[in-house]
Amino acid sequence: MTLTVSNLHTHFFTRAGVVKAVDGVDFQIAPGEILGLVGESGSGKSITGFSIMGLIDDPGRIVSGSIRLKGEELVGASEDAMRTVRGNRIAMIFQDPMMTLNPVLRVDTQMVEAIRAHEKISKRDALARCRDALGMVGIPAPEERLRAYPHQLSGGMRQRVAIAIAFLNEPDLIIADEPTTALDVTIQSQIIHEAQSLCKRTGTALVWITHDLAVVAGIADRIAVMYAGRIVETGDIDAVIDTALHPYTVGLLGSVPTSNRRGERLTQIPGMPPNVMNLPKGCAFGERCPRRSSECDAEPLITEPRPAQAVRCFHPHGQGGKL
Amino acid sequence: MTVFVLRRLIQAAIVVLLMSMIVFFGVNVVGDPVDMLVSPEADQAEIARVIRDFGLDRPIYEQYWYFLKGAASGDLGNSFIFGQPALKLILHHMPATLELAFAALFMAIILGIPLGLYAGLYPDRASSKAIMAGSIFGFSLPTFWVGLMLIMIFAVWLGWLPATGRGDTATFLGIEASFFTRDGLSHLILPALNLALLKISLVIRLTRAGAREAIQQDYIKFARAKGLSTGRIVFVHLMKNIMIPVVTVLGLEFGSLIAFSVVTETIFAWPGMGKLLIEAILQLDRPIVVAYLMIIVILFVVINLVVDILYSLLDPRVRLGEQGA
Ligand SMILES: Nc1ncnc2c1ncn2[C@@H]1O[C@H](COP(=O)(O)OP(=O)(O)OP(=O)(O)O)[C@@H](O)[C@H]1O
Ligand code: SF4
Ligand SMILES: [Mg+2]
Repeated sequence: MTLTVSNLHTHFFTRAGVVKAVDGVDFQIAPGEILGLVGESGSGKSITGFSIMGLIDDPGRIVSGSIRLKGEELVGASEDAMRTVRGNRIAMIFQDPMMTLNPVLRVDTQMVEAIRAHEKISKRDALARCRDALGMVGIPAPEERLRAYPHQLSGGMRQRVAIAIAFLNEPDLIIADEPTTALDVTIQSQIIHEAQSLCKRTGTALVWITHDLAVVAGIADRIAVMYAGRIVETGDIDAVIDTALHPYTVGLLGSVPTSNRRGERLTQIPGMPPNVMNLPKGCAFGERCPRRSSECDAEPLITEPRPAQAVRCFHPHGQGGKL
Repeated sequence: MTVFVLRRLIQAAIVVLLMSMIVFFGVNVVGDPVDMLVSPEADQAEIARVIRDFGLDRPIYEQYWYFLKGAASGDLGNSFIFGQPALKLILHHMPATLELAFAALFMAIILGIPLGLYAGLYPDRASSKAIMAGSIFGFSLPTFWVGLMLIMIFAVWLGWLPATGRGDTATFLGIEASFFTRDGLSHLILPALNLALLKISLVIRLTRAGAREAIQQDYIKFARAKGLSTGRIVFVHLMKNIMIPVVTVLGLEFGSLIAFSVVTETIFAWPGMGKLLIEAILQLDRPIVVAYLMIIVILFVVINLVVDILYSLLDPRVRLGEQGA
């Protein structure tokens, strides 16, 4: 396994109370695998990613759990040790390409430093590698782009630069936090394709965070659905899309327009995600759940009603369950 | 860029001309210099002669016209008191003021930026809060009072530093300054600190605000995600962004540093233009006052221009915008 996250809890100790942004997350990811991490806004996707990077700032902290990269424990590792992991063995791509590159530094500066932070290499050799990386993510005239400032590049170009930076040091894992949300649809699908083929080619594992199920369906091998700081369903992408088990996943699928359900009415999940500072007793989805019963006042545990598909629910939709 | 500079130069010329009018007419409304120029025993004929000699009998617009004609050839009139060209007198006193202003600017930078950066990076520490409280004092205490306190503490009680004068000067690379001698330096510290206090506070606040804002930005988080060292993140990624507003504001403030040195120079008997100005005002020596104000106006205009150019060099986004325009 490239990465094994088990029972991860990341909380923010704010003046108003404890925000349990991540509250018991488990997942694994194999080399070359692409995991789609899906959920509504505030479900804890980004915080899961930042926890893996060791980039949780005060007042937040990883309270308990384990994050193992190729067997090596990262929770509790020293800041120095984490620095050698970041950008080198685990890289991250952010949502807004307009904001992720430093506006006053040239592209070459920002790429070369990413290499030189982790290995002793001459500037010339580093530049050559940067040029190759830009070519790899489909940037025309990379030589020229290297000398550009971020504002001289389009949003799509900038996100490609960020992706190139992520791949520079051939990491084991890349965490992409909604990397295409800010881009228009054609660029979005181009970038998804490039990222996908790069991962398959290099064997890099990829966590693709998004709230858009359609995007995940296009890129991921597996999917993990997050709700209120927990993973409520996980499984192979086709299986989950075909036969979602958790009422929340079913609700999410109902709100995605797909080609084979054209003409049908889109349903919205009623209600709002709960406040993670003040979770209801029992199942966190309970207040919005159409299948809720008195049993649901207790906390549901993970079960595996079908092979390679796990769910956290007392009354999962059955096999061949109607969508 | 050339078009930009040219346009700014024309604007500058108009500003200087307008200011010359305001300054000239403004100064001529105040007081009657004749009282100062003639001895109390002088008779009517003597007074009339003085008035004619100095051109004070002519209508004011005619005086202004002569002033402009002279100014165009670098002659801003003769001092009523010293009989020497006003411009020469002011230029003679300028190096001392410039030295004081540069020393204050230097202090503002080497004290203000590190303190502001520290307070911005660790806002919750008690030491940061102390820095910010100190900067409020820097803003609100009047310069003359702080100057007197500095003299009282460091010159009178502790006896560490001299309170008045410029001390020994030495010439280095054609520049005469007290900066180059030990004695001169010890004379420079107190007045420069007094003049710098407001600017140190300003730089602390600007740097802190800049750091607080920049640190929230995605590009800093991305830089951390790349595994860069803290040093590189702070001194390259953060500082490059903070320096844009700090340099701009400091540049613009340099003019006011020179203008405000009037108070400091008076307190510390620093022989600069400011002291000359105060004496000229007391003696109604109009040409000196006018020449001083004109030089300050020109200084401000030049500084503004330089800052604009510097700003466009620092910020790549502005640099390219100019080329496009
Ligand atoms: N610094 C912080 N202090 C307090 N609470 C925080 C902090 N950062 C995040 N949170 C909380 O943690 C929860 C999870 O946030 P997270 O950013 O992981 O959501 P997300 O799933 O990525 O949502 P989005 O789709 O909007 O990006 C949210 O409720 C958020 O308010
Ligand atoms: S546990 Fe109960 S409330 Fe929660 S999702 Fe399942 S059925 Fe709904
Ligand atoms: Mg997020």
